Parts: sequence; C-alpha cells; structure tokens
Amino acid sequence: MEDQPNLNYINSLSEGDKSFEMKLLAIIKKEFKQEKNTYYNNTKNNNFKLCAENVHKIKHKISILGLEKSYEIAEQYENNLREGNYELQNKFSDILNKVTNYLNKL
Amino acid sequence: MNCIIIDDEATSRTIIGELCSNYNNLNVVEVFSNAIEAIKYLNQNETDLIFLDIHMPDFNGFDFIRTLKNPPIIILTTADADFAINAFEYDCIVDYIVKPIKPKRFSKSIQKVEAKFNEEISRATSKKNNPSVNDDFYVNINKRLIKIDIQSIYLVEAKGDYIYLKTDNKNYTVHSTLKKIEEKLPDHMFLKIHRSYIININRIIDIEDNSVLIEKDIVPVSRSNRPELMKRLNLL
Repeated sequence: MEDQPNLNYINSLSEGDKSFEMKLLAIIKKEFKQEKNTYYNNTKNNNFKLCAENVHKIKHKISILGLEKSYEIAEQYENNLREGNYELQNKFSDILNKVTNYLNKL
Repeated sequence: MNCIIIDDEATSRTIIGELCSNYNNLNVVEVFSNAIEAIKYLNQNETDLIFLDIHMPDFNGFDFIRTLKNPPIIILTTADADFAINAFEYDCIVDYIVKPIKPKRFSKSIQKVEAKFNEEISRATSKKNNPSVNDDFYVNINKRLIKIDIQSIYLVEAKGDYIYLKTDNKNYTVHSTLKKIEEKLPDHMFLKIHRSYIININRIIDIEDNSVLIEKDIVPVSRSNRPELMKRLNLL
C-alpha cells in the first residue's frame, strides 16, 4: 500500500505546542518549495551531482512527513544520481507531487 | 552547556533547537547555516557542544572538525548512516544521530554528552589536584633545563631573587619566585607556611609551636598560616 504523509513526527516533537508546529511547517513548506525548484532546474541542466544534493535535502522532509517507502525510493534515487543515471526519476517526481499536495492542504 | 548548531537546512536547525529547549542544561548560543561562519565564530568564542551536520555543500562536517585545534564535544546529525564509520576516527564525536531526530534518541545522545562533559571536568580537576607519578617541571640552571620530579620536592625556600629547591636527590638554586613555583605545585600536596617557605605536607615529621621539622630542616610557620596547616593535618 502506498504510504501517506502525516504529522506524527512533528506532533511528537511539539508535544502539543501549536505555535511550534506552525513555525516548523512554515519552514518546511518554504524550504521544500525552494529545494524542489532547484532540483528541477538541475535536472534540466543534467547536473547529476547537484541533483543528488537536492534529493539528499528533500529526503529529510520526506522522512519528517512519515513517508517511509518514499524515503527508500528517494535514497535509492540519490544513489542513482551519484552514479550518473536518472533511474527512479519518475517515481521521485510522484513523491514530490504527493508532498506538494499535502503541504498545500495544510 | 553552551552549544551551537551547524546545519544548512533551516528545518534541521529548527528541530534541533526545539529538542534542545527541553533541556535546562543546554543553551543554544548560535546557529549557523554553513561551516565557514561557524569557524569564524569559534575563532573568537568557545562552546561546549556542537550539533554538526555532515552533509553540507563546499565544506562538510568532517572538513570542519579538521579545522578545529581543540574541538569541543560534537554530535553528528545526518540523513545518512553511511558516514558512521568515519566518526570513530574522532575522539570529540560522542554520537551520530540519523535524521529525522526522534526525541528519545536525542535524549540518549544528551546523556552521552553529559557523561563525557562530566568526565572531562573531573579529569581536569584531578590533574590539578592529583598529579601522576611522572608529573614534573623544568628549571633553568646555568643555561641547562633540568627536570624536577614534583613528588621529590619537600621544601622550597625563597632567598632574594632565587628560590632554593630541596628534593630527595639534590638541591637546586633557581632564579625564580616563590609565587611562580607555587603555581606549579599541586595544592593537595604543598602548602605555603611562611612568606619564604613552601613545604610538602606529606613530609612533615613533627610540628612544635611555630616550626615544622621536615626531613632534617626546621622551618618557621607564620601565625597567619598556622590555622591552614593545622586544618590540613590528619589529627587524631
């Protein structure tokens, strides 16, 4: 079954502190958007090394949102990029869309 | 403990800062988004603990550690478990936490830091108060540096611009002051009993009125120093 994003980790950190949750989510939204845009720009330029760096940063957000299976795909994709290939690119794009949709609804 | 956070991800810096806020003994003094800024800061300031991301562009966490002459306690934070083996090369690294950092895992890490921090304080205190058998210092006599074993010293006497050092093996006249040598001697073993004399209290044979017999020397005890001397004796 496909994993779904959730706020379990953030809730465990905040222990009910709503202002912290809001603050952290605002930072995640902003940073995720920047990292995603940078990643897509780097894919256009076929810069594998920089793409791998972007995926590395993005995968932390994926794990924060509880997407364990997606995290594994992102990790494998990062390794593929370091080896100079785009295998799993489409799956990773799907993950980015899933996270984007989820963050937009929050 | 004062600590700093170095991580190029704002999300990580915020999470680590929040986790630290749950501990009264952790005081986050500064946060840095790159290692270069942190190096500049550490050139001017000290810290007890660093939360350090490994994976940063240009200058990674291990590069950063190699620039530090006396690195404080470091906790590595990373999204990769792959670098863990490298961490064993550095004594200053007490833990390696994989992101996302869970509160329970963070707590374990802080326990390790506290243990290491207390161990270092205790070692520093112990070194001051309990020098090992080999602890010594060097004195300059006729352009020669001569090693003096601290435990062999039983009496130091000030004589004008010189001090007279009496040891088990030999006596030395050294151009120095009583104050300077007092700083080199461990407090638990030596005591200034007169403005011109420091003695090794373990070598006292007897005390009579205002004098002390130490080896074969009779040394005066000033009235102001006598209470401290009496306090230090293991009286029956």
